[in-house]
Amino acid sequence: MNKEEVKLRRSFLYVPGNMPSMIQNVPIFTCDGVFIDLEDAVPLSEKDAARELVTKFIETYKDRNKEVFVRINALDTEWGYDDLVKVLPAKPDGIRLPKADTPEIVERLDTLLTEFEEELKLEIGTFKIIPSIESAQGVINCIKTARCSDRVIALAFGAEDYTASMEIERTKSGEELFHARTRVIWAAKAAGIQALDTIFADVSDMESFAKEVRLIKTLGFSGKSLINPRQIELIHEIFAPTAEEIDYAKQVVEAIIKARAMGTGVISLNGKMVDAPVVKRATRVIKSAISQGLIEYELDDEVIYGSK
Amino acid sequence: MARNSLGREIPDSFNGKKCIPYKDPFSIKPEGDRASRPVRRVNPGQSKILDGIREAIIASGLKDGMTIATHHHLRNGDALLNTVVKEIDALGIRDIKIASSSIHPVHAELIPYINKGVISAFECGVNGLIGELASKGEIRCPITVRTHGGRARSMVTGEVVVDVAFIAAPICDIYGNMNGYYGPSACGSLGYAHLDAEYARTVVAVTDNLQHYPVSPVSISQTNVDYVVEVANLGDPSKIVSTTTRITKDPIGLLIAKYAAEVIDCAGLMKDGFSFQTGSGGTSLAVAENVRKKMLQYGIKGSFGSGGITSYFVKMLNEGLFQTLFDVQCFDLDAVESIGSHLNHQEISADMYANPFNSGCVVNMLDAVILGATEVDVDFNVNVNTESNGYLLHNTGGHSDTAAGAKLSIITAPSIRGRLPIIRDNVTTVTTPGETVDVIVCERGIAVNDKHEDLKKELLKRKLPVKDIRQLQSEIINITGEPKPLEFEDDVIAVVEYRDGTIVDAVRRVKE
Repeated sequence: MNKEEVKLRRSFLYVPGNMPSMIQNVPIFTCDGVFIDLEDAVPLSEKDAARELVTKFIETYKDRNKEVFVRINALDTEWGYDDLVKVLPAKPDGIRLPKADTPEIVERLDTLLTEFEEELKLEIGTFKIIPSIESAQGVINCIKTARCSDRVIALAFGAEDYTASMEIERTKSGEELFHARTRVIWAAKAAGIQALDTIFADVSDMESFAKEVRLIKTLGFSGKSLINPRQIELIHEIFAPTAEEIDYAKQVVEAIIKARAMGTGVISLNGKMVDAPVVKRATRVIKSAISQGLIEYELDDEVIYGSK
Repeated sequence: MARNSLGREIPDSFNGKKCIPYKDPFSIKPEGDRASRPVRRVNPGQSKILDGIREAIIASGLKDGMTIATHHHLRNGDALLNTVVKEIDALGIRDIKIASSSIHPVHAELIPYINKGVISAFECGVNGLIGELASKGEIRCPITVRTHGGRARSMVTGEVVVDVAFIAAPICDIYGNMNGYYGPSACGSLGYAHLDAEYARTVVAVTDNLQHYPVSPVSISQTNVDYVVEVANLGDPSKIVSTTTRITKDPIGLLIAKYAAEVIDCAGLMKDGFSFQTGSGGTSLAVAENVRKKMLQYGIKGSFGSGGITSYFVKMLNEGLFQTLFDVQCFDLDAVESIGSHLNHQEISADMYANPFNSGCVVNMLDAVILGATEVDVDFNVNVNTESNGYLLHNTGGHSDTAAGAKLSIITAPSIRGRLPIIRDNVTTVTTPGETVDVIVCERGIAVNDKHEDLKKELLKRKLPVKDIRQLQSEIINITGEPKPLEFEDDVIAVVEYRDGTIVDAVRRVKE
C-alpha cells in the first residue's frame, strides 16, 4: 500500500486557469484538491495568458494544503504539449488528462512526463496522472487505462462529454450514468486506485447535489469533481464517517500498531486477519474524521505504511 | 495641530469649534445637564397644519446661520431634505448647517446649494458625492462625521443645537402623532428622528399620509411636534428600504461568515441570554444565518438583537431565538412589517441605542457585533469612512458605538478589495480605534487582538486559521503587492468624531 491509495480525494474543485481572482483563493478553499483548468474554461485567445498565470501561481504556492492538478488540453490538440512545457517546471502534483479514451493516450503522457522529469532532474514518477473517462470508448477501455501507468492514481469520470458521446441527455437523477459509473469504479478498485465522480452542474440545487453525492458514496467513489466552492462543505459532510466506522477504524489502527510492535506484517483484529483494503479504508476513515474535526488523532505515517 | 493617542494629527479647531484629541474609549466624563428645548403652549382649537414646507420654514423662524435636521430612515428614497433646502434657498436664507442623521447619494442635489452658500456645513457624516467633491476640494463645506451614538450625544448635551427639525412621517395625524410603520413611505423605525423631536427648537412633521386624529401606535408624539405639513410624497418608496437583503452566494463571503460564527461560539457567548447585532450586507446575513443555526442546535434563547433590523432578525424573533428586537432603523420590508405588528419588536431612539452619555445604552448590553471595514491596520484600527482613493464616501453609522459597547466586536472583510490588501500598516482614516476591536476575520485567516489570549487558544484548539495580524498582512501583500501610499494636502475637509466628541481623525483633501 502506498500513500496515494489512502489520500483523501473527496473533493476536487475546478478552478478556471484564466481567472486570477479564483486562482488566488485556491489556498483558502477547504477541498482536498484542485483541477486548475487550461482546457474548457479557457477561451482560445487566453490559452497563453492562462498558462502564464497558472504557472506563476503554482510556483508561489509552496506550502500546499491540497493537491494541485492541472487539466491540460488534450494531447492531440495544438495546446496540450505546450501546456506541459509551461506548467511542469512549476511542479504541480499532476495532470488531469482529458479525453483519456485509450490507455495509449495515457501511456503517451506517461512517456512525456518521464522526459520532463529527466530534464527537470526530478524523481521519475513525481508527476501523477488522473485520466478523464468521458466517452463510450473511454468507459470500455477504462480497465486497461487504470493499469497502464504507475502514475495513474485515480480515474475521473466526466459525464458531460460522456452523455454527449452517447447522444443522450444528462438527467439530475443520473440513471443514464449508472453503468459507466460502476464500470469506472470497478476499473479503479481492481487497479487499487481511486475513482472520482463527475461534476454536478446546478450549483443552486444543493438538494439534488446531496442526493447525487450520497449515491456516488454508496457506489464506491472516493470523491467528486466540483465546480463551485459552495459544494465542498456538503460533500465532506456526506462523506464524513459514522461513529461506528470511526470506532472500527481506530481498532484497525491499534491492530496495526500492535503488529508493528511485534515486528510482524500480519495484522489481526479479534482473531481475524486484516488485509490491505481494510487498512486502506480505515486510514481514509480516520483521515476524513480528523479533517471534519470529529476526532483528534495522531495518524503516524510509519504505523500505516511501515518504517521509512 | 495636535496628535491624539492613536498618533493621528488633528487640527486645533474645526469649523469654529475646538477639537479635543481622542485619548481612549471610556475615560471622558460628561458634565452638566441634558439639553432642553423651549416650552410651548398650544391651546384648544389651534391648528398645527400649514400649507407647505415653505410656510413651515417661515413659521419656524429659520434664519441665516441656523441649523436644520432630517433623518435618514428613507435612505436613498428621501426627497424631503432636498425639498427643504430648495425652499430655504427660495426664501433667501443662507449659511445653513445640516445636522441630519446621515446624508445619502440622493442628496447630491444639494451640491449647487453648497456652492451658492445656502449650506455652509454638515454636522453629520455623508455618503456619496458630497464627500467625494469635498475630498477633491471642489466644494468647500466642513463636515463633522459622527457615529449614531455620537450624534445623539451631541444633541443631548446641547453641543449641536438643531433649530428646525423636519421629520418625514410615513403616517401622521393632524396633531403630529406619527409612526413609520404604515403608508406608501413606510420605513419602520423612526429611531434617529426621536432625538430631533425631543431636542430641536422647532419640529415640523412632513407626511404624505395625513390621517384624522389619533394615529396609533404613537412613535413620535404630538407633544413634541409644532407644525404638520402634507406633501404629495416623501420620496421614492422603492428606495426607502432595501428589499434585496439576501445572504451572499460568494464562497469567500460564506467562508468569512462561517469563521465569524465560530469565533462567537469559541468566545463562549452562545448561551441563554445571548445578544447580537449585525449589518445588512450579504456576508453579515450569512453570519446571522450561521449564528441562527448554532442557536437552534444548542437550544439557546437569546435576549435581544439590535441596530438596523433585517428579515433575518425578524425570523429569529419569530422562532423564539430572541426575546426582543431593539430597532433603531429597519433595513428591509419584513422588518417594517414586523415592527408594526410584533410587540417585542421595539422601536428605540438613537439615544437609547448608542449614546455613551446617558444612564446606559443598548450597545453596552451587546455580546457580539459583526462589523465591516474598508481597511484595517496592524493595530486593529478600522476605517469605514474613506475609500482606497482617500475620498470621504461613507458615514460611520453605529460602527464605533457597537465596537465599544459589545463584549466581542468582529470585523469581517475580504482580504483583498479590488486589487488592494485590506490590512495596512496604517489605515487612511481611523473610524473605530483598534482598542475596541477584538477580532478581524477574512477568508485567509482570523487575527485576534492580543488582549484575548484565551479566545486565540480556543480558536486554535478548534483548528481555525488564527494568524498574527502582521503574518496575515504579509500573506495578502504577497498577492497584491504593496499599494502606493495616497497623498494628501494639508487642508482638513472633515473631522471624524469619536462617540464621546473627541476627534479620532481628520480627513484631508486628496492631492490630485
